[in-house]
Amino acid sequence: MQTQGNAGQRPSDIYFFATCVVDQFFPGAGLDAITLLEREGIRVHFPEEQTCCGQPAYTSGFPDEARKVAAHQLTLFPENWPVVVPSGSCAGMMKHHYPTLFADDPVRKAQAEALSVRIYEFTDFLVNVLGFQSEDKGADCTVVLHTSCSARREMGVHLTGRQLLSNLKGVKVAQQDHESECCGFGGTFSIKQPEISGAMVEDKVKSLKATGAERVVSADCGCLMNILGHAAWKDKQEGRQTPSLPGEHIASFLLRRTSK
Amino acid sequence: MSARDRILAKLNAAPVLPKAAPEIAAWYQTHRGTESTAEKAARFRACIEFAHAEVYAVSHASWPQKLWEVLTAKKVEKLLVAPGTTHGQRAISVLSESGITCRGYEQSIEDWKEEMFHDIPASLTAARGAIAETGTLVLWPDAHEPRLMSLVPPIHIVLLDANTIHNTFYEVMSNEGWGIESQSAMPTNALLISGPSKTADIQVTLAYGAHGPKELVVLLIGEEA
Amino acid sequence: MSEHAMNFMPSEGFRARSKEVVENPFLRQSFRGAMDFLINKRITQFPSAEELETLRTLGEQIRQYNLGKLPTLLVQLEESLTRNGIQVHWAETPDEANAIILGICQKHSAKLMVKGKSMVSEEIELNHACEAAGIEAMESDMGEYIVQLAGEKPSHIIMPAIHKTKEEIARLFHEKVEGVDYTDNVDELIQIGRKVLREKFLVADIGLSGVNFAVAETGTLCLVENEGNGRLSTTAPPVHIAITGIEKIVEKLDHVPPLLSLLTRSATGQNISTYFNMISGPRKADEKDGPTEVHLVLLDNGRTQAYADEQLRKTLQCIRCGACMNHCPVYTRIGGHAYGTTYPGPIGKIISPHMLGLDATKTMATASTLCGACGEVCPVKIPIPDLLMRLREESFSEPHVAWAMVYRSPSLYKVATWLGSRFNWLTPSNQGPWTSVRTPLKPAPKRLRDLLKERA
Repeated sequence: MQTQGNAGQRPSDIYFFATCVVDQFFPGAGLDAITLLEREGIRVHFPEEQTCCGQPAYTSGFPDEARKVAAHQLTLFPENWPVVVPSGSCAGMMKHHYPTLFADDPVRKAQAEALSVRIYEFTDFLVNVLGFQSEDKGADCTVVLHTSCSARREMGVHLTGRQLLSNLKGVKVAQQDHESECCGFGGTFSIKQPEISGAMVEDKVKSLKATGAERVVSADCGCLMNILGHAAWKDKQEGRQTPSLPGEHIASFLLRRTSK
Repeated sequence: MSARDRILAKLNAAPVLPKAAPEIAAWYQTHRGTESTAEKAARFRACIEFAHAEVYAVSHASWPQKLWEVLTAKKVEKLLVAPGTTHGQRAISVLSESGITCRGYEQSIEDWKEEMFHDIPASLTAARGAIAETGTLVLWPDAHEPRLMSLVPPIHIVLLDANTIHNTFYEVMSNEGWGIESQSAMPTNALLISGPSKTADIQVTLAYGAHGPKELVVLLIGEEA
Repeated sequence: MSEHAMNFMPSEGFRARSKEVVENPFLRQSFRGAMDFLINKRITQFPSAEELETLRTLGEQIRQYNLGKLPTLLVQLEESLTRNGIQVHWAETPDEANAIILGICQKHSAKLMVKGKSMVSEEIELNHACEAAGIEAMESDMGEYIVQLAGEKPSHIIMPAIHKTKEEIARLFHEKVEGVDYTDNVDELIQIGRKVLREKFLVADIGLSGVNFAVAETGTLCLVENEGNGRLSTTAPPVHIAITGIEKIVEKLDHVPPLLSLLTRSATGQNISTYFNMISGPRKADEKDGPTEVHLVLLDNGRTQAYADEQLRKTLQCIRCGACMNHCPVYTRIGGHAYGTTYPGPIGKIISPHMLGLDATKTMATASTLCGACGEVCPVKIPIPDLLMRLREESFSEPHVAWAMVYRSPSLYKVATWLGSRFNWLTPSNQGPWTSVRTPLKPAPKRLRDLLKERA
């Protein structure tokens, strides 16, 4: 679990790196995360110039392109504030891969390393920096949590999402089979190997639905795009009007449960 | 240049930095405790029984009687033994009165391979020692008790002295100085045996007696009350 | 599944082969079930996370230390084995290895070779070479025997016949083994195999095996197995030929216990295998059995190429446990044959390029979500996902110019994403492979940056 940087010390200001997926496809999740952080008394700064962490190019085998995009993000966070990222996968890229990416560029490598210790995945930041506790105001419900592979294996923050949910007294967190297995998104993998990716997301959605939970929550919008996209496709195939597996970012769920 | 020289030249040309020697002793020191003989015997027994072996507690005096009982219960009429060993001799003298034939392993295998493969239902060998944490017998086959004795007969009966049980494989080899010429130079064949032969190659379903012994019986000397 | 002969361009047809398995619910269920079984068995063997982690670190250190001295250790191994009476041969290519083995067979006028399980013998396609030379090469590991009888290739390095059901095996035995009635009782099927193969062990001229660890100091070849066929192959015939990759070497005997423990616990979730067979020489003058000749063939086949590069050298740490396959969500969906390489799964993706060339294997590097499950379970800590990324970098040359241009430039990004959100109703409903099992991706009508401005 992540403990470096400002752990234990409550910062007054943070940067919010939304990620391109949240900015374009899940803006509500980004807004909810920011609202939640502000409610904790923190000033949230959203650098307007932010784009993408560069991971799509990096994991596809194009380090040069990734470097160009990453170099731009390196300049966005001048103050020594934590950088909170509502995605384990993008946080992992910035925390663990930026220093490697700039291994041959001493100046940027130093910047990347300095930034690395300030990067926090959203749920990790709530639990381990803010000690987030908030009263659950929602009706009893059962949800199922999907944790991304990067959050689990790269960031080691697979427990924080669960902890946040289990602190909500009206919320029961269901246990799906093969919980730690990848949903099959993998960025360009879903395009390059659509048959395998399709089989993986099919199995993932089946196991999430089998829990009987009324919704899936996740701290990664990449996985949600894949999981919800398949669930909706399946609903359409089978002529269902209401979604059989609704889902949302954990920030939206937390905000709703703890607001009047 | 030979293939050998080319392979070595390529390896030598690689820019390789030497790595520190692994601290194996320290790991075992930290992660494995010491146990009494009785504790080790109990752990050995639980492990090897879990792997489907039969274990009988016997004494130095009583094991031939138990051997006879086991053979009789399994309706075995012929036992392969090593006449050049004291336990082999004892088995011969005890069993010869009881109607069980003792076949000595006295010729080279070429002279009786057919019989070994088709006509030997059981064998008796000693174990050199054992390993508690994995329920493992240690055998060093030799001129008296050759390799195939513990492999071809469908039932293999092993005599083990509880005092020779070690905690781990690492402990066996370091305590006994395996591979050190002045202590225990490696034999042509050293074996660890941890149960009867088995396989799960068909639909991950466990089946015993794949190619080696279908049954493994351990006569554990010293555990008897 | 139909026969997939060894494919020299495994990349070609990978998608088609994967599709075939993915669309076969029966096969998919059977792989899933088998992998779940192995995953669960492994985890019961490692009750302490601290022990698992420190033991994996120790395993990594042992392998890296020995690879660090590889050329020296190979020479030392050769000296020790020679002193022990074991003859050592070196082969750079599969052809050379086959020629060495066939040469030994011909010297003994051998007609029948029984084989213990050896992935390196699959790698060099020894069975084909034997067949061409008129020598019968008979697999004796139950899984390998089944696969050979069916005219197939192993689909898993530890469980070669994992893709077959007992009913298929029952039919196979009934059709191919003389005098065998149909039975799908697993015990009976195993006893049929035992009976057939016992007669082969009895008369075989040559026994062939792989090697799990070769100990340089003592000149000892170590073999891990459960069935006893490895022991029979190396003990019953008059000649034993072992074949191994040059990387399977350790300097000292005490390097073996930690690796053995990691291997069996990671592979099949056993605290130890039924047999651990340590061979340090042929039969001595006064001994009554054991082979009178023992040979070791040391194979390169691309390993020196991997060795030359610090990062790729880590692929040589592998102890062939197969845990990366068992835990791989891709392997679990498609099984081993789809890969078309001798070594399937995550480890296959990173070692096959050295054997077959990057061009022949490049699609494989894309067949991963980089989920990291393989790296997490690897008992010797091979950073498999990092190596997959490295291979991706080397496989592709056309850069994504437009993408980088947009994302490195905040102004272009803003324009492009503004257009995307404003005209989101123009989003095509057919988005290629994505929409084959998912609804189309549609940018939200307003971006987060727009929502923030509105809020302010």
